[in-house]
Amino acid sequence: MIASPPSTLLDKIWNNHLVHSDPGAPDLLYVDLHLLHEVTSAQAFEGLKVAGRTVRRPDLCMATVDHNIPTTDRSLPVLDSIARVQMEVLRENAQSHGIRLFDVDDERQGIVHVIGPELGLTRPGMVIVCGDSHTSTHGAFGALSFGIGTSEVEHVLATQCIPQRRPKAMEIRLEGDRPVGISAKDLILAIIGEVGVAGAAGHVIEYTGPVVGSLSMEERMTICNMSIEAGARAGMISPDTTTFEYLRDREFGPNSNDFDDLKTEWETLETDDGAIFDRSVVMDIGDLEPQVTWGTNPGMVTGISGGIPNPDKIEDEEIRDSAERALKYMGLEPGTPIESINIDRVFVGSCTNGRLEDLREVARIVNGKRVHSSVHAMVVPGSTAVRRQAELEGLDRVFTAAGFEWREAGCSMCIGMNPDTLSAGERCASTTNRNFEGRQGRGGRTHLVSPATAAATALAGRFTDPRSG
Amino acid sequence: MEPFRLHTGVVAPLDQADIDTDQIIPKQFLKSVSREGYGDFLFHDWRTEEGGAINPEFILNREPYKGASILLTGRNFGCGSSREHAAWALKDFGFRAVLAPSFADIFRENADQNGLAAISLEESIVRELLARAYREEPLSLTVDLEQCTVAESDKLVACFEIDDFRKMCLLEGLDRIGLTLRQAEAISLFEQQRWPNRPESL
Ligand code: SF4
Repeated sequence: MIASPPSTLLDKIWNNHLVHSDPGAPDLLYVDLHLLHEVTSAQAFEGLKVAGRTVRRPDLCMATVDHNIPTTDRSLPVLDSIARVQMEVLRENAQSHGIRLFDVDDERQGIVHVIGPELGLTRPGMVIVCGDSHTSTHGAFGALSFGIGTSEVEHVLATQCIPQRRPKAMEIRLEGDRPVGISAKDLILAIIGEVGVAGAAGHVIEYTGPVVGSLSMEERMTICNMSIEAGARAGMISPDTTTFEYLRDREFGPNSNDFDDLKTEWETLETDDGAIFDRSVVMDIGDLEPQVTWGTNPGMVTGISGGIPNPDKIEDEEIRDSAERALKYMGLEPGTPIESINIDRVFVGSCTNGRLEDLREVARIVNGKRVHSSVHAMVVPGSTAVRRQAELEGLDRVFTAAGFEWREAGCSMCIGMNPDTLSAGERCASTTNRNFEGRQGRGGRTHLVSPATAAATALAGRFTDPRSG
Repeated sequence: MEPFRLHTGVVAPLDQADIDTDQIIPKQFLKSVSREGYGDFLFHDWRTEEGGAINPEFILNREPYKGASILLTGRNFGCGSSREHAAWALKDFGFRAVLAPSFADIFRENADQNGLAAISLEESIVRELLARAYREEPLSLTVDLEQCTVAESDKLVACFEIDDFRKMCLLEGLDRIGLTLRQAEAISLFEQQRWPNRPESL
């Protein structure tokens, strides 16, 4: 037998899903799991209908509503009639095609990237797609998981396959020990700061290094989630015992009879010694501080003890222009210390940081304290299950006693498609993933931070190092 | 899909890097269930003032750019959200081609799917063209996909590279799903091998 050459995790998953390959054309990959939500699917179903096509494998699809649902009382009708129509259309489509839908009143409802793993649908070695760029989240399980556009959603519905060019493999290796009080969010923000918002374009990132193996599944999801913010097609982490243990006894997870067989298979999902990445970046995280973004993309980031940079010192003309523009939009002056910047709002939630560990971390910091009088703070759990578990643990009471609003699950102010938005000029410390202009509401100023930094900042009314409390 | 072969039109310069899809089409316009009608909301927050009045300064609100059909812009165009609405909005406004040093992966795919030519040119050429487009009103260019050239009248301005498959799909306006469906047998075979005893996989 000829030994196969050492290959990367990406190669292994790719080769396992190769349905067809023609020289010159993109490879045809089989999709194991197709996630759907209300905002990017309607036109795809419509396209199918027009072309007289059907859904090939409704059993491999899962749909939920998350983007524009209200996070206030669920028993009230959705006031936004257009959002309501979108949700109704998804309902009809799911029903007529036999696709499982976790609707707004379902206890399994939540942000699609939170519930996939939670329900055990996301598994190592899978190819997973969704009409949403943060599909990269599921790569935390050693899956190849990426966002697609609506035409591609239609393509996958019709064929259960997706034509793709094989991306390049990029390793981001984290060296050094994680400093106490540094979260996964700080790691990924620092990585994006280092690599740049287009730095990983055309690549799938595999995160490696001892620190990565020590992360919990939720922390791994936070990191993979924001891979797209570095321009990557996907992010992934090789599965290990932490992954396998997470997947035991999940509602839609593998049944216990299959578990050991699957585990043996999953254990092979790692980059072989000697495999070659197209690109490798090594970062030492030994001195990392909590990170805060100051600009209008996630790469504009600095340590909390730092200050607003001076665009005049940037050599590249285009980057300088962007920085100037960003500071104008953000209403910030060069040299201002981050910790002197006051904030109006705090948002804890999203598919990046709306999971149980995130909420526990916030509760730990705000327990018995009060949110600063000039701050409006809100916690929106990533899923209904997260919400329920948080309530069992009494976290909701800690939040409300501290002055946070406690909401129903959804995307909420991460994208502001529902009524949860920033007003013009409002400054927000947010645990989300995008600080683009207007992302949380027109004129709103978003600073991306970890849940811990958001919590400490909520109490002080200005950016605060959570380690100093 | 509408094929793209050759197009001549007015160039609208938008000199900015990393323009994300949240800017191209803000979220409040993603609630429709159709593929049409997004052109009015293209770059909405830049095109309008707070309160809704037209921002007369913004390039696409000025003559002759209201009728521009080629967008010339900075690197990493279309980053961020996967919303195909960005490509729909650009097309609906009247754009047939976007020229930039580079594009975000998902955006480029979405553009391809809609017959919007997302063409990467060398950064130095883009910079030069941007400078000219701001100076000369208007700069008009011809994008020739068959020849892989950008020209001004008859004068060659730039050559570009595009992978043959993308080129063919754009030139022919190919139905990508139809192309995959030609592999129906291979798909079925794959499924049988993958789940020999388990038709239900989840
Ligand atoms: S939480 Fe935000 S980033 Fe995540 S899926 Fe929802 S809108 Fe997208």
